[in-house]
Amino acid sequence: MAELNIAQAINSALDTALSSDDRVLILGEDVGRAGGVFRVTDGLRNRYGAERVVDTPVAESGIIGAAFGLAVAGMRPVAEIQFLGFSYPAYDQIVNHVARIRNRTNHRHTSPMVIRMPYGGGIGAAEHHSESTEAVYVHIPGLKVVVPSTPKDARGLLLAAIEDPDPVIFLEPIRLYRAVKEHVPDIYYTVDIGPLRVEREGSDITLVSWGAMMRETRQAAGILAEAGVSVEVLDLRTLSPLDRDGIVASVEKTGRAVIVHEAPLTAGLGAEIAATIQERALYSLKTPVRRVTGWDTVFPLKRSEHHYLPSVDRIVAAAESALED
Amino acid sequence: MTSRKAGLGRGLEALIPIHGETTSSRPPGQTSANGSSMFRLINPDGTVRDRLPVTLEEMKSLYADMVEARVYDDKSMAMQRQGRLATYAPFRGQEAAQIGAAAALRPGDWVSGTYRDAALNWKAGYPWKLLILGRTGDERGGQVPEGVNVMPPSITVGGHMIHAVGLAWAERLKGTDRIALTSFGDGATSEGDFHEAMNFAAVYETPTVFLCQNNGWAISYPVEEQTRSETIADKALAYGMPGVRVDGNDVIAVLVAVREAAERAREGEGPSLVEAVTYRLGPHTTADDPGRYRKDDEVAAWEELDPLVRVRRLLERSGAWTESWQQSLETEASNRIEEAVAWAESVPEPEPDDMFKRMFAEPTPNLVEQEREATGRG
Ligand SMILES: Cc1ncc(C[n+]2csc(CCOP(=O)(O)OP(=O)(O)O)c2C)c(N)n1
Ligand SMILES: [Mg+2]
Repeated sequence: MAELNIAQAINSALDTALSSDDRVLILGEDVGRAGGVFRVTDGLRNRYGAERVVDTPVAESGIIGAAFGLAVAGMRPVAEIQFLGFSYPAYDQIVNHVARIRNRTNHRHTSPMVIRMPYGGGIGAAEHHSESTEAVYVHIPGLKVVVPSTPKDARGLLLAAIEDPDPVIFLEPIRLYRAVKEHVPDIYYTVDIGPLRVEREGSDITLVSWGAMMRETRQAAGILAEAGVSVEVLDLRTLSPLDRDGIVASVEKTGRAVIVHEAPLTAGLGAEIAATIQERALYSLKTPVRRVTGWDTVFPLKRSEHHYLPSVDRIVAAAESALED
Repeated sequence: MTSRKAGLGRGLEALIPIHGETTSSRPPGQTSANGSSMFRLINPDGTVRDRLPVTLEEMKSLYADMVEARVYDDKSMAMQRQGRLATYAPFRGQEAAQIGAAAALRPGDWVSGTYRDAALNWKAGYPWKLLILGRTGDERGGQVPEGVNVMPPSITVGGHMIHAVGLAWAERLKGTDRIALTSFGDGATSEGDFHEAMNFAAVYETPTVFLCQNNGWAISYPVEEQTRSETIADKALAYGMPGVRVDGNDVIAVLVAVREAAERAREGEGPSLVEAVTYRLGPHTTADDPGRYRKDDEVAAWEELDPLVRVRRLLERSGAWTESWQQSLETEASNRIEEAVAWAESVPEPEPDDMFKRMFAEPTPNLVEQEREATGRG
């Protein structure tokens, strides 16, 4: 057991997967020699060689298309796209090939592969480096999408994703990479893809979030709790398939929900969650579901970032307004 | 203007290609095993290989531009370390490739380059003060003055090359003699977009110049591993356009090659590819630690080939360089950059509603609503 941050926990999962399964290989831009632009694959090339930790040309479609071929023919590739915002050159491969092969061949061929992508803002990065377009992938039938917000979940979810018989998009919250540390077991363990995690139990209101926004959501919960509110906090962890039962169970108990995400409001995952609550828990609701999200704008550059990212204040205000009803 | 023979290839082959250089004299990381020719006019020691097609005054002015670019680059690195700029991608070592290429363009020509092309963009008309404002993390830095046809630096690798096809195509449709130059790195030639851009340009014979600044590395991935082509220039052959490899640290070789390509484009003879062989002396960006993937002696070997030093030696030989002239160049450049920095830093903080206002010509109803919420005027 070691104290690890999220970046280290992901590294430990990759290490474990490479050492326990010969079919696993890592490929992506700068993942080898440099150990990844966020040092997430640090040391792996030295340990497992350039054949299993493969630096690729700058070619996202190539990375995913090649990983797809590797997966269909029996390997377990873990592909890295350097930032979510650079996944679009590979979009055709992901949507039209990776996500569909099982369906097209009626289970004859499959693509058990993982696509890791750092995502989200908050570090004053250049254009396209701060995107939070998880809904783009959640919307695609045939893909699973997971996103950890803690080191323990990061390791367990990644090992589960690598084991999974289907393609998994594994999103990594950039601004949390080194923000939280906890004891992470070094034994082989998995965190199931699907179930959400009730991070904090309460009975007055449910806060729903995932990934990078869990930090602000936790802080808001802390402020509300100090004011005497009994807050339940859900960390979805898996965005597709969505744990509808888990969300509904919580809202049936609290009668109030605030959904927090960094992505733009319109057609964000919050809309799907709110619709689910409306369909399955309408009569438990004491007040309309609130959404606290990014705006329907391009993610701004450094100087305006704080105007975009949903703040703790906005989450608290949304919860307070829900509690007034 | 000197009279020009048809065809980039011919024009350049008439000049002196460097054949049969010994391997040892080639800098590490940029070798060409079977001796493909590389066009060079000024040797690293400042001697010249042929009559230079520029006057001494022009030479001095190109040198002054490179000095100014270097001052900007150094200043930006320092400012980033002080937290005054967002991530910065230095171009140190690539000044000749960028200044030489821009010097070959005419006002009104289009430029579509990358995050590393500040010197190119500046020389093509993008003011320092706006480049700096952009690097502080402010979208207003992207608002180039009317008449400056420089696209915002592409942050995504490769997506912008094809734009120089459409831009050039439009100029042809409009009946102007403007051309479009796209600048990109060695790494970008691995993106599928490179293929599409080269093919479109060749098929539609657009007046496009492809300038690859082959600086040896795509972050941590060396060019030798990126491709099995002997050179980047070789790739042009497959698309049916001329490709030429020039010493990218020789400002005049770059100027001549890009000018040939540009003139060719202007005269309706279609696109060309110029590979400028150069080297990134600094880190990929301020977030990068090159010590993790490349050796100091490789960098040191390229320091010897510094594109500014080469021209300084040439000017020294001509008696046109003095210590005091150098001093005054640096001081004047520094004053201009400081002025640009002061301006950029005096630009008021963006308002919370700015981002809503630049999404569409007219904000859509959801944006109007969200803007009210964001500004507390809801
Ligand atoms: C589509 C895309 N993929 C990946 C990246 C991350 N990235 C930024 S620069 C770079 C390397 C580019 O190398 P090269 O084209 O040689 O240009 P250089 O940085 O050397 O000037 C990479 C992989 C990106 N910005 N865009
Ligand atoms: Mg490069």
